[in-house]
Amino acid sequence: MSVTGHALAFRGLTKRYGSFTAVEDVSLAVEQGEFLTLLGPSGSGKTTILMCIAGFVAPSAGAILLDGRDITALPPEKRDFGMVFQGYALFPHMTVAENVAFPLRVRRLGQAEREAKVRAALDLVQLAQFAERLPRQLSGGQQQRVALARALVFDPALLLLDEPLSALDKKLRAELQEELRALHRRVGRTFINVTHDQEEALALSDRVAILNHGKLVQEGAPAALYERPQTRFVADFLGKSNFLHGRVREVASGRIGLTARAMLLVQNLPDSTPRPALGTPVLLSLRPEKIMLLAEGESAENEAAGRIATWSYLGAGFSLVVDTPDLGPIRVVLPTWRAPIAPAEGLQVRLGWAADASVPVMDDAA
Amino acid sequence: MNGFRRDAGWYALILPAFLLMSVFYIAPIVQVLAISFTEPQPGLGNYERLFTSESIQRVIVTTLRICLITTVLALLLGYVLSYRIALSSARAQRWWILVVLVPLWISVLVRAFAWVTLLRRQGLVNNTLMEVGLISEPLALVWNEFGIIVGMVHYMVPYAVLPMLASMREIDPRLLAAARGLGASRGEVFFRVFLPLSLPGLVAAGVLVFIFSLGFYITPAILGGGKTLMVAEWIGLQILDLIRWGLGTMMATMLVVSILATLAVFSRIVDLRRIFGSGA
Repeated sequence: MSVTGHALAFRGLTKRYGSFTAVEDVSLAVEQGEFLTLLGPSGSGKTTILMCIAGFVAPSAGAILLDGRDITALPPEKRDFGMVFQGYALFPHMTVAENVAFPLRVRRLGQAEREAKVRAALDLVQLAQFAERLPRQLSGGQQQRVALARALVFDPALLLLDEPLSALDKKLRAELQEELRALHRRVGRTFINVTHDQEEALALSDRVAILNHGKLVQEGAPAALYERPQTRFVADFLGKSNFLHGRVREVASGRIGLTARAMLLVQNLPDSTPRPALGTPVLLSLRPEKIMLLAEGESAENEAAGRIATWSYLGAGFSLVVDTPDLGPIRVVLPTWRAPIAPAEGLQVRLGWAADASVPVMDDAA
Repeated sequence: MNGFRRDAGWYALILPAFLLMSVFYIAPIVQVLAISFTEPQPGLGNYERLFTSESIQRVIVTTLRICLITTVLALLLGYVLSYRIALSSARAQRWWILVVLVPLWISVLVRAFAWVTLLRRQGLVNNTLMEVGLISEPLALVWNEFGIIVGMVHYMVPYAVLPMLASMREIDPRLLAAARGLGASRGEVFFRVFLPLSLPGLVAAGVLVFIFSLGFYITPAILGGGKTLMVAEWIGLQILDLIRWGLGTMMATMLVVSILATLAVFSRIVDLRRIFGSGA
């Protein structure tokens, strides 16, 4: 297989159904060989965008460009994109080999070339020994790999994946995530994936675009999105987060001070970002795993005392909800291995976190 | 043991219907069919006529020809109709199905006479064609095989649509989208994906229409005008007019046997439950 990916871009992509706007003015560029995930809750417009890219849905406005060429009006069969459908959409009346040969057959490839390519594609997904089976005789994971082989066999310009792992159970999903990532590296092609599963998006992608109500909220590398969410929606959708409400009390170089009821909070803020005015409300996102339990005599830049309201054991970690008088309930995740305390309801604890643990986010009230 | 007892309860529920069917339906039929071996004298004399009588052979050949043509035409029309229905919205589907089913509620007799008024020498079709100037003499559209086939196809299209539509509705629309996404044109999507997947329905509809056509009586009797005889009308003629019970019941037996044989052959190819609409 060749290692040439193609670049895709869309500008001002909009799709309206009557008075309902499914996608609103979304612009995004996908680079050659990149693995991009469109992530969002159901109804966020992510699938509509994928269907526009594939050519099944005509956008109401905007343009789709492949390597700079406008393909907005091209019918799906002329776009040469591989696609893995939700539920795989394998042809039930064809064997695995016939399914994989289908894109080659409609492209009128000679038999010898067709057979060689089918074999190579099935080898790629390690299913060569199942070539003569029917799809219904395969497990869900195997069917998913057939769908991948079928989508890749004709060296498509792009691979589009519509919730490729959603039909699988959790353990298999994790396995196939790794496989899919390895496959992406092997074939060096541009992948565009759609999912509502944030873990999948973080694990697979080079870049994630987060959508909500048809709009692009934020895009970036998984770590950047997780560590520096710009809005409350992103912080909440990607992993879990506590939200702390405060008001600016002082502005210093590199940091600001906030008041949250009777409490004082210190928040790092790079000088390059605009300084908030005194007295303005600020919302902070604080990840549960960045909060420590402070032992006697320990201190941190931010400290809050409270009582454990509920706790649960998750194997690798404890999840606690601590009621604090000034910040309300705060979720904390602690590693269970050598945990500093044995959690118990009503237990008095002291929470601490650094000034760079939390980030200010825009309250988009989603 | 437990399972058997539970099954026995179900069988007890079926028993009244089973008794009614066997005592009042199957037994009399068997009795009538048995006449073919006893009248006018005991033996296989009536069945010998199958091989010796040219007129009997002609009736059988005519019947098979009409049934085959009817089946092919009803399948063609029905397939196009089902395809159109299957691809329309759920709301539109309900209206389409209503339109397809309405003819089934009109008496077969009324429909046959309606076709006569349309197709006869001074009927709507001939008059229109002559006024337009396409023909100078009326065409013989009725009281022949053509008329019979028109009437029968009209009757059979709904029966062809229902099993085909059922099997087309089972086709996952995502398969069609997937085929196009993988590079197939609309034509290729149809011939490589849709048609093969709708084939069970097509075969089922074919069997249903063909079997139904074999025993057609009223439509051929009215639209054939007594000149073109099909098996059912011939049986009626033997028993009611010529009082030749032996010969009439012989043909009836042949009809039952050929229907059962057709079913037996096709039950190996398709799921018969699909034909009779049970077992979703």
